[in-house]
Order: sequence, then C-alpha cells, then structure tokens
Amino acid sequence: MSQMRPNTKVLHETASQTAGPYVHIGLAPRAAGFDIYEKESGHDIAGPYAEGQRIRVEGIVWDGDGNPVKDVLLEVWQPNAAGVFVGKGDVEEGFRGWGRIACDFETGLYRVDTVKPGAVAPEAPHLNLWIVARGINIGLNTRMYFPEEAAANAADPVLTKLDDAALRETLIADTGTDVEGYLTYRFDIALQGARETVFFDI
Amino acid sequence: MTSEATFLDGQPSLYPRDWSRQPAAHTPDYKTTRARSPRRPLVRLDQVSHEGSGPLFNHEDLGDHDWDLLTNFAAPGTTAIGPRLIVHGRVLDENARPVPNTLVECWQANAGGRYRHKVDTYLAAIDPNFGGCGRTLTDEHGQYRFRTIMPGAYPWPNGPNTWRPAHIHFSIFGHSFSQRLITQCYFEGDPFIPLCAIVKTIPSPEAIDALTARLDMETTIPHDTVAYKFDIVLRGRRASFFENRPEGT
Ligand SMILES: [Fe+3]
Repeated sequence: MSQMRPNTKVLHETASQTAGPYVHIGLAPRAAGFDIYEKESGHDIAGPYAEGQRIRVEGIVWDGDGNPVKDVLLEVWQPNAAGVFVGKGDVEEGFRGWGRIACDFETGLYRVDTVKPGAVAPEAPHLNLWIVARGINIGLNTRMYFPEEAAANAADPVLTKLDDAALRETLIADTGTDVEGYLTYRFDIALQGARETVFFDI
Repeated sequence: MTSEATFLDGQPSLYPRDWSRQPAAHTPDYKTTRARSPRRPLVRLDQVSHEGSGPLFNHEDLGDHDWDLLTNFAAPGTTAIGPRLIVHGRVLDENARPVPNTLVECWQANAGGRYRHKVDTYLAAIDPNFGGCGRTLTDEHGQYRFRTIMPGAYPWPNGPNTWRPAHIHFSIFGHSFSQRLITQCYFEGDPFIPLCAIVKTIPSPEAIDALTARLDMETTIPHDTVAYKFDIVLRGRRASFFENRPEGT
C-alpha cells in the first residue's frame, strides 16, 4: 500500500559559484584542447532516428559592453517533436533531449543542431537554455521560442506573463532559413543592455 | 497563472530558490560580473513544462576510470604530480533525501595552479600526466567519490595581486533541469578563502562554510591518500510524494 511521507525542507541548496573561464576542461574537454573521455557527452541532442524538422540554432551571447561572451557554455533541454521529454514517456532511440555547446573561441558563435521540439501543453514549442560563463555567478535560464508559432506563442503562459512586447521579443528567434538542409534560426542573447534577454527563476 | 492545478502530470514543483544564500548576478568586486550581469530581476515561474524532467545518464556514458583524475590522463604506470587526494560526499536534496544516479562532473587546476586549457597562460608548468577533469554517477545513497591531487592556488586578473583559493569546480544535474548547479569546493584552513572576490559573491557566511570541504581522517587511507568530505545539496520538491512500502512498516 502506498504511504505518503511529508517533505520537510531541512537543508539549504549549495551556493552557486561561477563556472569560470576553464569550464570546458570539465564539461567539454575537446573544446579546451584535449581528448580524455571515450564518449564526451552532450554533442548529439536528437540522435539519428528522431522524427520531426531538423533545425540549427546559431547566435552570440553578448555582454553589456557589446562584446561576444566567447567563453560561454550553453546547455539545451527539450522534448522530442511529439512533445515528450526523456524520462516522461517513449522517445526515439538515441534521443537525449540534452545538449551542451561551447561557442567558437574566435567569434563567440554558438551552434545547436537538433530537431524542433513539440509543444507541451499549455506552453508553445521552445528550447530551454541554461547559460554559464566567467562572470556569471549562477547559471542563467532562458528560452528560445519559434517565430512561425505565432498563435501558440500568443497563448503561451510564460510569454503572456511578460506584458511588454519588447521583452517577449527577446525570447523569439529570427525567422528560420534553409542552410545545408537545416532550418536555421538566429538567436542572440544579451546578458545586459537595452535588449537584455529575459531570464527566469525556475 | 491559472493553469497550475492541471499543469502537466502533477509533478510537484521545487522549493523556490533561496536567494539569501545565492550570489546576486551583479557583484562589482568580482569585476567580470559588471558587464555580464542581467540588470532586470529574474522572472519567477512557479511551474514549467519541463518540471520534474532532466537529462538522464547511465554507466554506458562514462568510462571506468573517469572518476580518477590521478590516473585518467596519466601515461601507463604513472600518476599526476601533487598531494594525493580523495574528495567524496553525498548529493542530497533540501529534504535531506539522497539524489542517486546523478551525474557529477569536476575540473581543477594541477598542483601548481595551472589549467590544461588553450587560454591559461600562467607560468606554472603543465603536468603531462594530469588532465584535470573527472566525472561519476552517484550511487543509490547519493554518494560520489573522486581521486585526484590537491589543486594549487593561482593568480587571476581581478586586481593587482589576487589569488584564487585552492578549489575544485563541480557540476551537478539532479533529476530536474531546474536543479542544475555549478559550484566550487574549497578546503578548510585555506587563507585565500576570505580574500577571494568570487567566494565573497555569496552573501551568507554559512553558505560559504558549506562550500568548504572538511578533512576526513576516517576516509583518509593511511600511508596513501588524504580525504576531504564535501556534501552537495540540490533543490528539493515541495509536495509530499508516495512511497510503496508494506503497511505497518
Ligand atoms: Fe578555477
């Protein structure tokens, strides 16, 4: 028989500290310049058998001085094209839903190759993004929504929580164009400044 | 939001993050935060569609020696240079429940304070037998363990004479993407801890103390390796949950 045990908050969450400039050593050693793990995690979000539209998302994370944040590391968490998260139901073999992306150290450009996520009601399709870097004390959570999903976006409980259209705009990618067979979106993230992206406390 | 009651499959949400124990984004004494800190408050979301889900990892994702930084990059028959060290502990949630089978990753400088990274130019030598990263899964009791060497303190360009205390960077997943955490583990007695602008981004002395690993003589292996204990706490779930157990036990 099932029995309910009450939860009691008795401990405090460990404090966050910046990932620092050498985050790649731990989380993406090949980007740091060496190969140590037989399988480095986070390079393939969707796997070979995922259904749905193959997409690519590219962009730059900008600081408040207008410079690219070249040491940034992003993680993506998304459901498959049917709107199913790993661990919540059946997904295609090899679909992880999670990716880890170091950007180009010269240009600051990041690139995510995946499939377009399905909607999980009542929210519109989106990628969950988590951003760490030197100078970021605690990982920043944001989202990328799709410009072609105007109706779903208009009903999305997170977007509609933002009463200023300019704030909503910071979460919606530019219109996708076809590049090398990928529907490619541009999504820049501003840590600070006039076009500062909306970040969430989730 | 009015849809909370029917949101998704009824996953209880996490306790709200306790911001009295977490660093603010803008901490100007740590200079790099000045241009990299959002200035608008975070938008609080009570429930999100990915509540209760997060990346899953298993033993097939890892190599057998990934947890052992002492040898995982060393030539056969050699080890990294430096004081031999075990860092171990438990990953728990705020309800003091163990977090089993979750990925813990770490990275650190070598014993001289030098990182194996394209952009680290500190004059301390690279150790050819030390990569500086490790990863492991917690066991069913939330336990993790790394074997490594004591990292060295190193200078950083925050001020004219600023040094980081010896530290190991930790990355932890938990079972929900909202539990995702990166932090740093310090070592008790290090005189650089109270001087460090990154440490001082944390507003709570107790929270800083909780980042300070303790010498653990019980786990220390005589004539072999010194151990330090470092427990990690991830956010916990607010609601009660059901457990299958026989009646009357
Ligand atoms: Fe460091």
